[in-house]
Amino acid sequence: MKSLAELAEIREKNRSKVILPDGSKNLRVVVGMATCGIAAGATPVLNTLVEGVKAEGIADKVAVLQTGCVGVCQYEPVVEVYEAGKDRVTYVRMTAEKAERVLKEHLVGGKVVEEYLITTAQKA
Amino acid sequence: MAKTSLYDTTFCKTQQRLALRNCGVIDPENIDEYIAMDGYRALGKVLTEMTPDQVIDTILASGLRGRGGAGFPTGMKWKFASGNRGNVQKYVCCNADEGDPGAFMDRSVLEGDPHAVVEAMAIAGYAIGADQGYIYVRAEYPIAVKRLEIAIDQAKKYGLLGKDIFGTGFNFDLSIRLGAGAFVCGEETALMTSIEGKRGEPRPRPPFPAVKGLFEKPTILNNVETYANIPQIILNGAEWFSSIGTEKSKGTKVFALGGKITNTGLVEVPMGTSLRHIIEDIGGGIPNGKKFKAAQTGGPSGGCIPAEHLDTPIDYDNLLAIGSMMGSGGLIVMDEDNCMVDIARFFLDFTVDESCGKCTPCRVGTKRLLEILDKIISGNGEMEDLDKLEELANYIKSASLCGLGQTAPNPVLSTLRYFRDEYIAHIVDKKCPAGVCKKLIRYEIDPEKCIGCGMCAKKCPASTIQKTDYTAPGHKLPSMKIEQANCVKCGACMDTCKFGAISKH
Repeated sequence: MKSLAELAEIREKNRSKVILPDGSKNLRVVVGMATCGIAAGATPVLNTLVEGVKAEGIADKVAVLQTGCVGVCQYEPVVEVYEAGKDRVTYVRMTAEKAERVLKEHLVGGKVVEEYLITTAQKA
Repeated sequence: MAKTSLYDTTFCKTQQRLALRNCGVIDPENIDEYIAMDGYRALGKVLTEMTPDQVIDTILASGLRGRGGAGFPTGMKWKFASGNRGNVQKYVCCNADEGDPGAFMDRSVLEGDPHAVVEAMAIAGYAIGADQGYIYVRAEYPIAVKRLEIAIDQAKKYGLLGKDIFGTGFNFDLSIRLGAGAFVCGEETALMTSIEGKRGEPRPRPPFPAVKGLFEKPTILNNVETYANIPQIILNGAEWFSSIGTEKSKGTKVFALGGKITNTGLVEVPMGTSLRHIIEDIGGGIPNGKKFKAAQTGGPSGGCIPAEHLDTPIDYDNLLAIGSMMGSGGLIVMDEDNCMVDIARFFLDFTVDESCGKCTPCRVGTKRLLEILDKIISGNGEMEDLDKLEELANYIKSASLCGLGQTAPNPVLSTLRYFRDEYIAHIVDKKCPAGVCKKLIRYEIDPEKCIGCGMCAKKCPASTIQKTDYTAPGHKLPSMKIEQANCVKCGACMDTCKFGAISKH
């Protein structure tokens, strides 16, 4: 890297991928893949989502990524969905089967799966 | 609309995430995502707009103190090492040898935001005039190590590490060194000795690392969380950072909240937040309606804080004043089922194991402390043992070579200070009030309640439960009895009994 301009260019190019801009129809899905998440079984969850998004043909609109730990140990594995202009959605205690449902109902169908929300889990 | 996010929960609402800002948000294995979140902008800023002294002044003015535990002002450390720039070889080190039982703050930062540490170390290198850095990380953190390696590789490819960064002529390179898991290697001089390839043992200070550190060259050593704060201090300014926290402790602190608590997890709050807020509001209180007894901070170097100090605003100085310490951020909550003598013994057992053996007060002293505690929990303690504990603990504190020994007696001293009555119960009444210390408890079967089903005898791993000849009125079978001499006090019988006939005394 020879200049600040180069850095700024990379920043601008990638900003819209991390912080989805208004009007973007894209989804950003992150799976907590720190040691804690992996130990709780996040790997099959991530694999299900990555494969599923490809199989459903929505890979250009939905980015599925790994991320670090959000800090809620007892709720791992955690999956979060970001959508511009909407509340961040936090799914907890995920499994491959639950991920399948989130894929079909939320990522494809656009409807939040209330059952798996952290706010639902906390009420229980 | 229904609340859907983590940030709608009480667990997260009052947290303030600075060091953890990118954890759980970005992909840690993709440098572009870190750059998208203003990553490496701070490095660009210091290299193109600031002199090394201005960088140090900014860190000094921010009031940032070391997050590894002792709380030494970071800017001061950098200033001490800053003399003679360009004329001598210097080193920047990162302490990622997180060893306190139950602590995982540094691991989370390394696994979730490794570039923050890489960037901050380059900034530190520029500030003191070093061109080489080492990250000393535990081999038990394979994912953290892998993500750090990826981060360093990516930064090198982008030219954010290496020669002539941003065309400014500044060179900085970074290597990883793996620790083999010795607790003492988290102590700064032992850590550097270990990086040099020698056996990880501490050495006397002075000379301090800023004068004579790694390979006998001026060196700074900071903790992972300390580094994670640096880039945003540079970007947002010292005033912004020092506006958060208390008078003498600025910014936020990450705690690994665990033990008897509803919401376990990683918590980042402004300095000065009360323990009560962390435990009751963020942590959701103690489960199963039990009563809070103590909070343990600082791991094996810290102490236990009783209920009467729950409202103390947590910062470095307040914690020291109440006989504990900040430590790296482990926060273990205990309820009425925890025996404080047993807790002190647990931590001491750990330090006895981990003492490197170089100095006598720590090697022999901690062992003697442990023996006295063992005597007390086995029911053979005498009142004068308490004075002996205190006397010996103070000798160890004042005479040990390094931080490990100097702080090892803290769990004993703080429990003696706040829970002396529990020690006395063990010694005088020969009882463990919490029912933890096995040699002081006994399980008994009430012959009037026992229906003689024999389930307990089937579960007993030591086969100590036998039939008696007594059948209680109204029962068909004779009752059971525990042969105390062979009982291992596992409690399996009590858990099995459906009739509440077995009790613990």
